[in-house]
Amino acid sequence: MFTSLKRIFRLGWLSFSRDGGISAATCFILVITIFLVSFLFLLQNVSQFLISELQEKVDISVYFKEIAPEEDILKVEKELSQIPEVKNVKYVSREEALQVFIQRHKDNPVLMESLVEVGGNPFLASLNIKAWEASQYQKVADFLKAARFENLIEKVDYHQRKPVIERIFSLSAAANQTGILLSIVLVVVAILVTFNTIRLAILNQKEEIQIQRLVGASNWFIRGPFLIQGTISGILAVLFSLTIFALICWALSPKIEFFFPDLNLFSFFTKNFWTLFLIQFFTGIGLGVISSTIAIRKYLKV
Amino acid sequence: MIKFQNVSKIYPGHEESPAIVALENISFEVKPKEFVSIVGRSGAGKTTLLRLLLAEEKPTQGEIFFEDQNVNNLKPNQLPQLRRKIGAVFQDYKLLASKTTYENIAYIMEVTGATDQEISKDIPQILEIVGLTERANNFPAELSGGEKQRAAIARAITHRPEVILADEPTGNLDPYHTLDIIRLLLKIQEMGTTLILATHNKEIINRLGKRVITVEKGRVIRDEERGRFIL
Repeated sequence: MFTSLKRIFRLGWLSFSRDGGISAATCFILVITIFLVSFLFLLQNVSQFLISELQEKVDISVYFKEIAPEEDILKVEKELSQIPEVKNVKYVSREEALQVFIQRHKDNPVLMESLVEVGGNPFLASLNIKAWEASQYQKVADFLKAARFENLIEKVDYHQRKPVIERIFSLSAAANQTGILLSIVLVVVAILVTFNTIRLAILNQKEEIQIQRLVGASNWFIRGPFLIQGTISGILAVLFSLTIFALICWALSPKIEFFFPDLNLFSFFTKNFWTLFLIQFFTGIGLGVISSTIAIRKYLKV
Repeated sequence: MIKFQNVSKIYPGHEESPAIVALENISFEVKPKEFVSIVGRSGAGKTTLLRLLLAEEKPTQGEIFFEDQNVNNLKPNQLPQLRRKIGAVFQDYKLLASKTTYENIAYIMEVTGATDQEISKDIPQILEIVGLTERANNFPAELSGGEKQRAAIARAITHRPEVILADEPTGNLDPYHTLDIIRLLLKIQEMGTTLILATHNKEIINRLGKRVITVEKGRVIRDEERGRFIL
């Protein structure tokens, strides 16, 4: 048993190293497939990140009249946070609003001067509301329109933002769907190409497989070396793709961070290293082994 | 030990050619340690006979027994066991193209589960016997026809099978090597191996003075102890 296993490994390695050209071609195709799968994984995560970033930016604000007492506003906040559609509510007092404005525009003398000109605090207290989904904002807006809030609320800035909010949500949903569809198509193509490459490589060995059967080799003794060969190709392809993938993430990271400050590609890579490794490992070796098994099957019937 | 019982093999025809009857109602028996020659013109059915015994193909009719085992009833995963008991020298050699002469011969021993020590001890001896010591590390493509044939013979005898099927084992050899190989096969048979030799080499048959089965157009037309080559 152990001797057979040892021999299968040796024969597998021997044919891998002797068929240099075919092994290189198989590795190359596997690298492309692995790369594609990893890239789709990355894309999926990055787009998820961007979509949630965008969604974070969507909210509606209710501005309260200057005369509205703070406890009434807090009461409204409490009521709002009890609505199931509401994700969270943030109270911004008049002073806070002023501080935020000063903080943001302190280098702009014109704005600062005009603030002095106006005198006092021109800002209104507000509640910042985030819902779970775009469709839910309408309900929140309707709730705030109720008559009992009429003398408290100055304005709800939902209607002016409505088109933008809906655009963002429909866009992100569409992006998600196209992404998934495209991924499936690409993965299927990649798998077919890999399978065909391996099948052709084994077609070359057809006669040899039949001879091995005729001289009394068991199916496992024949299949084994091919599986080893496929596994070696798979491992090499994984190592190669991982290295290149790491390099690309590392090199592109600063450039992408320039556009999206919160998105660090390289730290994403290091954080997801094991997931990525497993994905690549199973793509590479799984594909190599499964394709070989299917391709050999019909030649073993002698 | 080996028994053919009313065996026929018909290759089905298609539009442009009628069905081919390769063997028709063949029956004979080979006893253990016997040396049997099968003679006949090319196309008479000699090779088909050997292919059926190796279960490379199934007969259209009839049954073939190897040590009381019906060869045709064996499942695909039982075939290796049968084939390991048979050493075959194929007419077209059937050497593994991606392996060297040494590895080709070693492969059989690896398949049968010989230890590494046995392999490294036996193979140089076998190579010496067939005169291929200097070709041990050459691939089949680098060997001459005669060398390939001798490699095929070495492969067939290396694991000491119970039966050796030799299909034209001397077809590509010069008279000098032919004689050597025949002497070798005789010696192996004397040591207790059953030998089935298919050939159309008249000189060899007449010299051997062993049992001869003559096949013509798929039928056995003569089966004689101490036979001669008569066609």
